[in-house]
Amino acid sequence: MSTTSIAPVLSDLAVGQEIGGRSITVTRQDLVKYAGASGDFNPIHWNEAFATGVGLPGVIAHGMFTMGAAVQLVTDWAGDPAAVVDYQTRFTKPVLVSDTTGTDEPGAVIEVSGAIGALDADAGTVRVDLTVVYAGQKVLVKAQAVVRLA
Amino acid sequence: MTINPDLQGRSYPAAEVYDVGREKIREFARAVKATHPAHFDLEAAKALGHSDLVAPPTFAIIIAQRADAQLIEDPESGIDFSRVVHADQRFVHHRPIVAGDRLVAELHVDGVRAMGGGAMITTRSEIFVLTGDGTVGSGVSREAVSTTTSSILVRGEGQ
Repeated sequence: MSTTSIAPVLSDLAVGQEIGGRSITVTRQDLVKYAGASGDFNPIHWNEAFATGVGLPGVIAHGMFTMGAAVQLVTDWAGDPAAVVDYQTRFTKPVLVSDTTGTDEPGAVIEVSGAIGALDADAGTVRVDLTVVYAGQKVLVKAQAVVRLA
Repeated sequence: MTINPDLQGRSYPAAEVYDVGREKIREFARAVKATHPAHFDLEAAKALGHSDLVAPPTFAIIIAQRADAQLIEDPESGIDFSRVVHADQRFVHHRPIVAGDRLVAELHVDGVRAMGGGAMITTRSEIFVLTGDGTVGSGVSREAVSTTTSSILVRGEGQ
């Protein structure tokens, strides 16, 4: 579990500054959990035959799983999940999750890193730009979180 | 099946109430691999000034996708859900969602654009928290919580 970090101070930040990174491992079980938690039961996220039947190379992660997991880097950096007042992305590439059931191997690994994209001293906000990569390709584009700092 | 261009500008009024529960916040937080204590521990949430457990930034997708279902399941829309690809998503939070909130969503179809044999459809959910006794009807006040915007690509044949 993460610990609550000391909240960043806007005047200490500069555009381009990195806020860190993390790896997100994904299994088929994670997708089933996300389906249940979110209510999105589209079978392309848990059934291989269905996914290939509609022309996908295999089971893919919910875009919203990736978007939701990627922002945790920002939430933990900000020190308060409620500080994220605006969060957007475009979904450009699917994250293929292989079936590693019964092993300790992840079915996919997503790499997330973040950097300060913009500062707005008047609004008291910073924009964090996320880079989200799977298998060497960006899967989220224009993934931007606006964080309100106290 | 073609997408009905008359969908643009259509609205679906707030329907069922979504009650935000603590265990749902914890379940959703675990599902997106969130570990911040404000999602799990009431004291940690209160220490940050929140009245109850705080939902993760993308939690509102549950309410937004329920609202979207009204459009997708509308027989007049012509949308085949098995051909839907999520293209983009945005959340603007006017105030955080916390456990105990009673939420409703108004759905607006902001854009319908033909793309090849398919279409790009942009929807917006205006999510409100009900205040007062929380029952739907006249005289209930509500406060804006989140605005979610979503574009889906409905693939045409051969796309």
